[in-house]
Amino acid sequence: MSILVDKNTRLVVQGMTGSVGKFHTEQMLAYGTKVVAGCTPGRGGQSLMDVPVFDTMREVVKQTGANASCVFVPPPFAADAILESVDAEVPLVVCITEGIPVMDMIKVRRVLDSQDKTRLIGPNCPGVITPDQCKIGIMPGHVHKPGRVGVVSKSGTLTYEAVGQLTALGIGQSTAVGIGGDPINGTDFIDVLKLFNDDPDTDGVILIGEIGGNAEEQAAAWIKENFKKPVAGFIAGRTAPPGKRMGHAGAIISGGKGTADAKIEALQDAGVKVAPTPSDMGTTLQSLL
Amino acid sequence: MNIHEYQAKELYRKYGIPVPKGIACMSVEEATAAAKKLIEETGNEVVVVKAQIHAGGRGKAGGVKVVKGVNAATEAATEILGKTLVTHQTGPEGKVVQRLLVEQGLAIKSELYLALVVDRETRRIAIMASTEGGMDIEEVAASTPEKIQTIAIDPAVGLQGYQVRQLAFGLGLSKQEQKNFGKLLGGLAKLFEQEDCSIAEINPLILTEDEQVVALDAKVNFDSNAEFRHNDFWSSVRDLSEEAPTETEAQEAGLSFIQLDGNIGCLVNGAGLAMSTMDTIKHYGGEPANFLDVGGGANQEAVTKAFRIILQSDAVQGIFVNIFGGIMRCDTIANGVVAATKELGLEVPLVVRLEGTKVDEGRKILDESGLAITSAATMAQGAQKIVELAKG
Repeated sequence: MSILVDKNTRLVVQGMTGSVGKFHTEQMLAYGTKVVAGCTPGRGGQSLMDVPVFDTMREVVKQTGANASCVFVPPPFAADAILESVDAEVPLVVCITEGIPVMDMIKVRRVLDSQDKTRLIGPNCPGVITPDQCKIGIMPGHVHKPGRVGVVSKSGTLTYEAVGQLTALGIGQSTAVGIGGDPINGTDFIDVLKLFNDDPDTDGVILIGEIGGNAEEQAAAWIKENFKKPVAGFIAGRTAPPGKRMGHAGAIISGGKGTADAKIEALQDAGVKVAPTPSDMGTTLQSLL
Repeated sequence: MNIHEYQAKELYRKYGIPVPKGIACMSVEEATAAAKKLIEETGNEVVVVKAQIHAGGRGKAGGVKVVKGVNAATEAATEILGKTLVTHQTGPEGKVVQRLLVEQGLAIKSELYLALVVDRETRRIAIMASTEGGMDIEEVAASTPEKIQTIAIDPAVGLQGYQVRQLAFGLGLSKQEQKNFGKLLGGLAKLFEQEDCSIAEINPLILTEDEQVVALDAKVNFDSNAEFRHNDFWSSVRDLSEEAPTETEAQEAGLSFIQLDGNIGCLVNGAGLAMSTMDTIKHYGGEPANFLDVGGGANQEAVTKAFRIILQSDAVQGIFVNIFGGIMRCDTIANGVVAATKELGLEVPLVVRLEGTKVDEGRKILDESGLAITSAATMAQGAQKIVELAKG
């Protein structure tokens, strides 16, 4: 088993006809993901790589039965694209787009919190992958291997790093989830941890956080109370200077809050084994199995 | 993105938020004329001369002078303009004052604190208000957190009357002050949303003897993700002299770059990987010269520019390229590295670690370039190698 996506996932790509959307749709198809539709307003009736394109998400759901969406729509229109999928009651929306204004995400999150049909992963994330079954997003598929370790991360490239290390050690992954590095997103660490906790085919989890906010501290508190499986952790940004936004909109130490050290301490207090460097994420998890 | 106090106050005026009468000045002569004009208009001899830099703590550093009369204003302007102010937010090198704000003096009855921020926990705009105005709010939060009231604005309905009343009663305002405060807060909430702010802070917000509520100071930060909605206005208020030139150059190429104090240049894709590359370099005893995330959407031109920025730094004694391609393709990185070194030459050691999307193509481009590149299989190995090599 796995969480969120599997071989039955039927994917629509919003923004499939753009250059980035097209490149990654090609990669997802090559990986074996069932891409059943694209959605680009004004391009309905066309097809790309043998995938039919529709004008609206309601039309996509009606015609293809898509149950997941991947958003590559540029920042000015991305919130609108997410909300269109919520309206069409698509169960899973994965938003890859980086650079959505926080004011837009406040509104999107408000809408998400007022319904229970759609879950949003991201934005500004690499996506979700269940190895050899379904890849939604931009991660390099070939570094993954099917197995029983879950990965949840704020950072795209560090997810690849963790997965690459696990695979090199012969340890496969159940599902890897990138939740994104924006200050306001759709799914938190705790949401994903709950799913991993309930998944009989996940034996342990790597959790990758970074400076800024307190999602890691909240995750630590939840792990301490509820999580039944071993967790290896890593926090990026130990050497980041305060007050500087480190690439991700959310990665900033402000007012002495959101430091890596505070997060590491919280995780360790919850029984999470924290890797000393990012190159040790795989071996740290291995030591717990 | 940051703007100056006088620019923030102009924006406040547009949203009906009371601010003192004031005039922005670029020279002592302008400051003298401004003081004269304000004194004539208000009939009050007291004016305030304020340094305009993108940092807080100006008062303590000697960047704000309350003076009486035109001559004293001229003296204060002469003293402050061109001075290097060092505050807790400028770093040890400080910032040179190039602009002044000359304002009317106001009789202050009491000082309050008011700020709007994006609160990650409630995922809403949060309003913070306190009776402890004019102080360092982080200190107040640490020592007497009960003196800060916080409420969150529901984006579905906006700021409500009961929320304003709750804050106003908490601040101990009179009936007339409550009315004025409500109007001001309504304007600020509207400004925050419509102008895509990440912070709007008034410290102090003052009460005057005639029950007016006035923003004596004004700080506004914008959410840079929303630039596409405010192109013209933001470019008109942006002060490039307040920003590190390399950071501006990188930003224009769509790169995220932050200058640091070390000697090992880093070119990385992804913010998390870029941060942990710095962490790993430090772990092995080195010091990173920069944070650089080329992001996922960068083309070869942007990568070339990124590498050029690193090569041009005198402090850099070694470069570590650490790429795990996802949305970013390794061949794009390799082409950029080769193009930049062809143009500028490569006089320092270069360690490259490539992994992920189009890795074979990327490695081939680097192999065939004839550049003296040390390759690394992992981030740890690469960091160790560059730390050794940079020591010479």
